[in-house]
Amino acid sequence: MAQDNADLLKTALYDRHVAAGGRMVEFGGYALPVQYAGIVAEHNHTRQAASLFDVSHMGQMVVTGPDHETTIAALEALTPGDLASLAPGQMRYTVLLNAKGGIEDDLMVTRPAAGEAPDGVIFMVVNAARKHHDLALMQKALPEGVSVTLRDDVSLLALQGPAAAEVLGGHTDVADRLAFMETLPATIGSIPASVSRSGYTGEDGFEISVANEDAPALFDLLMANPLVKPAGLGARDSLRLEAGLCLYGHDMDDTIDPVSANLLFAIGKRRRAQGGFIGDEAVMARLAQGVAERRVGLRFEGRQPVREGAELIDENGAVIGRVTSGTFAPTVEASIALGYLPADLAAMDTPITAMVRGRPVAGAVVATPFVPHRYVRKA
Amino acid sequence: MTTRYTQDHEYVRLDGTTGTVGISNYAQEQLGDIVFVELPAVGAEFKKGDEIAVVESVKAASEIYAPVSGKVVAVNERLADEPGLVNADAAGDGWLVKFELSDAGELDGLMDEAAYTDFAV
Repeated sequence: MAQDNADLLKTALYDRHVAAGGRMVEFGGYALPVQYAGIVAEHNHTRQAASLFDVSHMGQMVVTGPDHETTIAALEALTPGDLASLAPGQMRYTVLLNAKGGIEDDLMVTRPAAGEAPDGVIFMVVNAARKHHDLALMQKALPEGVSVTLRDDVSLLALQGPAAAEVLGGHTDVADRLAFMETLPATIGSIPASVSRSGYTGEDGFEISVANEDAPALFDLLMANPLVKPAGLGARDSLRLEAGLCLYGHDMDDTIDPVSANLLFAIGKRRRAQGGFIGDEAVMARLAQGVAERRVGLRFEGRQPVREGAELIDENGAVIGRVTSGTFAPTVEASIALGYLPADLAAMDTPITAMVRGRPVAGAVVATPFVPHRYVRKA
Repeated sequence: MTTRYTQDHEYVRLDGTTGTVGISNYAQEQLGDIVFVELPAVGAEFKKGDEIAVVESVKAASEIYAPVSGKVVAVNERLADEPGLVNADAAGDGWLVKFELSDAGELDGLMDEAAYTDFAV
């Protein structure tokens, strides 16, 4: 069960994880903690107070063009997101698509706050396992004069939970000034950072980009607050599942389009009408004609976890769908999952049966998120 | 009472010809929070090495193998509602099944406490 981490990349916080008792596993080529005290304890602490996650494995990218309009036009050609409407200091979730409309990755696109970066610069955060793929794809597709780089000089920490604003507010007034999906530069203690109010848990929280050499000091500063405990990848996964948030490579991949994946919020209204992005024909056709299958939330009776790969069957035993993520969820105290079903069977409350080790587990289609989001939106 | 361990981290604790089977404390620590335990039917017969149960954490499902051959005479019904007993008391209240051993000689191939401690740590 022990694992040799010799060939794995280490984040700037590796020594902190080991010192805090983190059980290190491979994820996206990195050695990262799957848990410290235990997944359920970390999950519950995140819902009740605040947890600190090291998400430095994710790809932090910088896109640079001659001016804002040129950079945004170049990025809108690659994604269906409404990026032109981003005000300074705003961020948006969207997807990179291929010509068939399949999702190459999902990502956050951030327009720097006023004065944070030169005109024409956009920040992005992409999945760890896809960052080199995305870099190559974008370098190929971006027009002359617009370039993209993958930063390896910065770390990313996520402080998540209802106490996150109080904790961060002890060090910077930026915590109070930000609403959900906004970003500002900040000085935390004496550490320069870029802070956004965002995350992957469904809770209020912040993602903090900081120079690698400052990451351990920032980790120590935030951990010094007794409201904060470290949390690992296990809790990150159970929290995002309860929040109904997709995980790339599981709930979506390059064969699944964003309409089937129920990610319409990643596609701007203007973009749906106008197109003008890679994969636009496929996406617009599915918007007009409907999809064959759709991503749904599922809830099962009893405690049996229904995990990725489980088949979903109809009353005759025919396989009609599949589970793409699932576990016994600590906050809802139920077996929940995300999966795909034929569009005509994807309506709320439709009974559905999953097969686990040859045995049926009864369940139904339910609304997501499974746990209400507690984002702090602008008043 | 004699307790013996397998290389897959199951234990069997012998009381007369009945063996109580569970997973070691080391195994429960490695698995993390147990959220579900699938147990066999009372009366079912297994050969040594057969899958007899599945212990599931938030993260993964782990098969549990019969450390000896025999017939299931009892299963731990409390685990249906309290699977966390496996974490809290793996060697005690978190037991999985009780076996009527068909061949006590199979115990000879298993590790005693001292050998298992060396093996697992």
